[in-house]
Amino acid sequence: MTPKYFTPDALDALERAGFSRRDFLRGAGALLVGFSATGPLAPTANAQPFATIPLTQVDSWIAIAANENVIGYAGKCDFGQGFRTVQHQLIAEELSVPLERVSMLICDTAVTPDQGVSSGSQAHPTQFGNAALRTALATARDTLLRMAATQMNVAMDQLTVRDGVIFVNNDNNRRVSYGALVGGKKFAVALNPNAPLKDEKTYSILGTSVPRYDIPPKVTGEFQYVHHVRVPNMLHGRVVRPPMVGAKLVSVNQDSVKGMPGNVRVVTKQDFVGVVADNDWAAQQAALALDVSWTTPAPLPAQGSLYDFMRRQPSRDAFIVRAADVDEKLRSATRTVSATYLHPFQAHGSMGSACAVADFRAATNSITLWAASQGVYPLRDTAAAVLGLPQANVRVIFVEGSGCYGINAVDTVALDAGLLSQAVGRPVRVQLSRKDDLVAGENYGPAYVIDLKAGLDAAGNLQAWDYEAWTFSKGGRPTGASPANIPTGELAGFALAPFVPTTTPTVPTAFSNNSNAASAYGTGTVAGRSGGTGILSSERVLVHTLQSPLFTGPLRSPNRLQNTFANESFLDECAAAAKADPVQYRLRHLADQRLAECVRQAASSYGWDTRPSPLSTRGTGIAAGRGMACCLYEGNNGYCAMVALVEVNQTTGEIKVLRIVTSQDSGPISNPDGIKNQMEGGALQGMGRALYEEVRWSGARLTSIDWRAYKSYKFGDWVPEMISVPINVPGVEQMGAGECTITCAAAAIGNAVFDATGARLREVPFTPDRVLAALRAR
Amino acid sequence: MPSLSLRVNGKPVDTTVDDPDMPLLNLLQHDLELNGPKFGCGLAQCGACTVLLDGVPIRSCTTPVSDAAGGEVLTIEGLGTMRNPHPLQQAFIDEQAAQCGYCLSGPMLYGKVHVERNPNTTRDEIIAALDGLLCRCHTHYRMVKALERYAAVVRSGAKV
Ligand code: FES
Ligand code: FES
Repeated sequence: MTPKYFTPDALDALERAGFSRRDFLRGAGALLVGFSATGPLAPTANAQPFATIPLTQVDSWIAIAANENVIGYAGKCDFGQGFRTVQHQLIAEELSVPLERVSMLICDTAVTPDQGVSSGSQAHPTQFGNAALRTALATARDTLLRMAATQMNVAMDQLTVRDGVIFVNNDNNRRVSYGALVGGKKFAVALNPNAPLKDEKTYSILGTSVPRYDIPPKVTGEFQYVHHVRVPNMLHGRVVRPPMVGAKLVSVNQDSVKGMPGNVRVVTKQDFVGVVADNDWAAQQAALALDVSWTTPAPLPAQGSLYDFMRRQPSRDAFIVRAADVDEKLRSATRTVSATYLHPFQAHGSMGSACAVADFRAATNSITLWAASQGVYPLRDTAAAVLGLPQANVRVIFVEGSGCYGINAVDTVALDAGLLSQAVGRPVRVQLSRKDDLVAGENYGPAYVIDLKAGLDAAGNLQAWDYEAWTFSKGGRPTGASPANIPTGELAGFALAPFVPTTTPTVPTAFSNNSNAASAYGTGTVAGRSGGTGILSSERVLVHTLQSPLFTGPLRSPNRLQNTFANESFLDECAAAAKADPVQYRLRHLADQRLAECVRQAASSYGWDTRPSPLSTRGTGIAAGRGMACCLYEGNNGYCAMVALVEVNQTTGEIKVLRIVTSQDSGPISNPDGIKNQMEGGALQGMGRALYEEVRWSGARLTSIDWRAYKSYKFGDWVPEMISVPINVPGVEQMGAGECTITCAAAAIGNAVFDATGARLREVPFTPDRVLAALRAR
Repeated sequence: MPSLSLRVNGKPVDTTVDDPDMPLLNLLQHDLELNGPKFGCGLAQCGACTVLLDGVPIRSCTTPVSDAAGGEVLTIEGLGTMRNPHPLQQAFIDEQAAQCGYCLSGPMLYGKVHVERNPNTTRDEIIAALDGLLCRCHTHYRMVKALERYAAVVRSGAKV
């Protein structure tokens, strides 16, 4: 019997690879270091301690069965971005085996190597880098060639590999297969960072559009998400959250759910409240009925004056770059331009509300969690802290959930399930309500205020750039040391380290533009070394981080999206002040040729007509215009440019994005259709965030409780035409691919609105009211 | 405990429910262990729970199970399988029209009904027919292309 929680694509791959569950344990299991007796696919926790898998051993990453099938183990997961498929491609390519012989297990803390978190567009560069999957594969291949050379008594350079069989050159009769060499045995070698990599020019699998493994089961409904993990004896839970931010539990009236159907039980721990029942519907009803008293907390800072409030708070201050001559260059400028950009809190708002299943076993004092977390390893440590268990008694198994985009509520719901299962001693499934998911489960993308000032010389070129920002922070990715980084950790009684403001700003010792606070046009010069993509040396970038009233976290393109909105809109303002074409003006100030090439490719694919913006400033009715934005994501992890064509209804203030053209250079392309899917999805998500999304509140109560209150781009609105131009650059390092286009969207759209109308949008989202106000301000 | 009979993906289902107001989605997902229709909001605001009831797309998260009594329910599982996909499913595979795919029941089933009634539909009409559905991964562009592709299949007279 196959375990029911396992996703069908993985089952299929396992099936293809000839590993039924038991065969897998008997055949390949011998290769696996330190696994519990029941093996990696055991559905419940029943042998402790759970193993941890070292990163440094080839056997942690790869096993070859006697039947020639290959199984890969990886700690980087997939939420629909296609990285599972790309990892299969990498294994097949680097080992020269057919794709259909490869299967994978990903992100199970007791089975796969501890790769931390799958985030920050780091999965691709990491797995292709020199200490992870590709290095393990190269080491395995090198080891196999050495073994074959010894066995057949030939020099290694006389050997060729085809389809997992090593041949002596020019003698097809002398050969040995991988399975014959190591099938069912350990490699027992450490990763060798110097193991020769396969020459990219010989690739036949990487660089091709291998279709995603997960799409057929998803469109047929055979795919089992974490929402479909069903384990024997399982109960269903719901949580009851404080109705206001900061409210503390006073009391729970257990009688309020007495006699309700489904054997309702109430569980509390500090400020955590939940119910467990025999089925999901009974749990939902009980959660609604449960009478709980909470304290009345102080109101949140008023939403209407949030951005002013932010400027007045104690903060931690850091310079990203600080050239000595900025003030003087601003003073001597022919003219200066200044503007303030505002960005709200935004939600991940995953399509499926977060869900997890926990199975606590009192007999072994251990727990297994099935969770859709981007970070199963830190979640294991967090759960151990919250549940008071040794880390070795916690196992977290990744099962794909709804698209996640950062820290949605999946980590917090795993803790919810853990607390409930531990309290009742049975497996418990918890799925949050839509409201709990949106307002009491996740870590929002933080609000920003960004002041920008530039000095232009007589020719209109930039001669100084001054950036100062205020942004919020509370919590983030959870760790064993800081469970309070996410809502349930705090509810369960953990506290964050106190917020300590700085007295003087920190000054960098090297340039890092990880949050894209510095624009693309600076040299990024720190301590005499330049790391930026532009030509402007006179730049100052100062960031104030404030204690946030709401949980914050890395929503897709964290900080980079907000900063790029400001920097790329402001660059457009400078171009307009200089009466220069926005593309030409960008190219004039860029030094980095890869970024410049993205700008050129996006412009030419769009059919950009060279002229300054705006086209018109006094129009009425419907006006159309185009705008450009570009970025080097994280300062070193993916080049991108975007052109948006928009229509603005100057009567209603509505914006319609008609066409989006993107270009992107993330180094060597592993899967062309996969990168296009990411470029398109990112661009549209960026458009949706720019036009609609804003977390709202009143007093201490968050009001963005559903999809009416938290507006999201809907199908019926319209769908732009999209042209995606991936630029393949072989021979360099892989870069991230999933967060580039989203970063450019708000500025490209805002700049297009300016081009169409002469109205400048400086506050996200671009609601009709704000557009009308900007039109009036022309 | 009222008893309840209906057909789901062509098979008869005879069961009892404690609460006739329980959403149809709960019966499908938890009792029948189907994975196609999913809980997204429980508020008829997103479409993740879409099924066809007697050929009409409905939100199973807010449809009381008693409303389905005697009816014929179709979920995306009922269309075809991985090894033998329905042309609609094939169109989504051909366009690689998913990221996480959690939303798929909505665009697939609203799209199916619209396209089959209007084989000469246009891109704009397809978009309008999907009004009110969400896809938080923002895969809208490919999903619309998949439905245009499916419309071409329907026009070609292939059996669907
Ligand atoms: S789950 Fe039914 S419409 Fe959202
Ligand atoms: S593909 Fe993820 S919600 Fe639509």
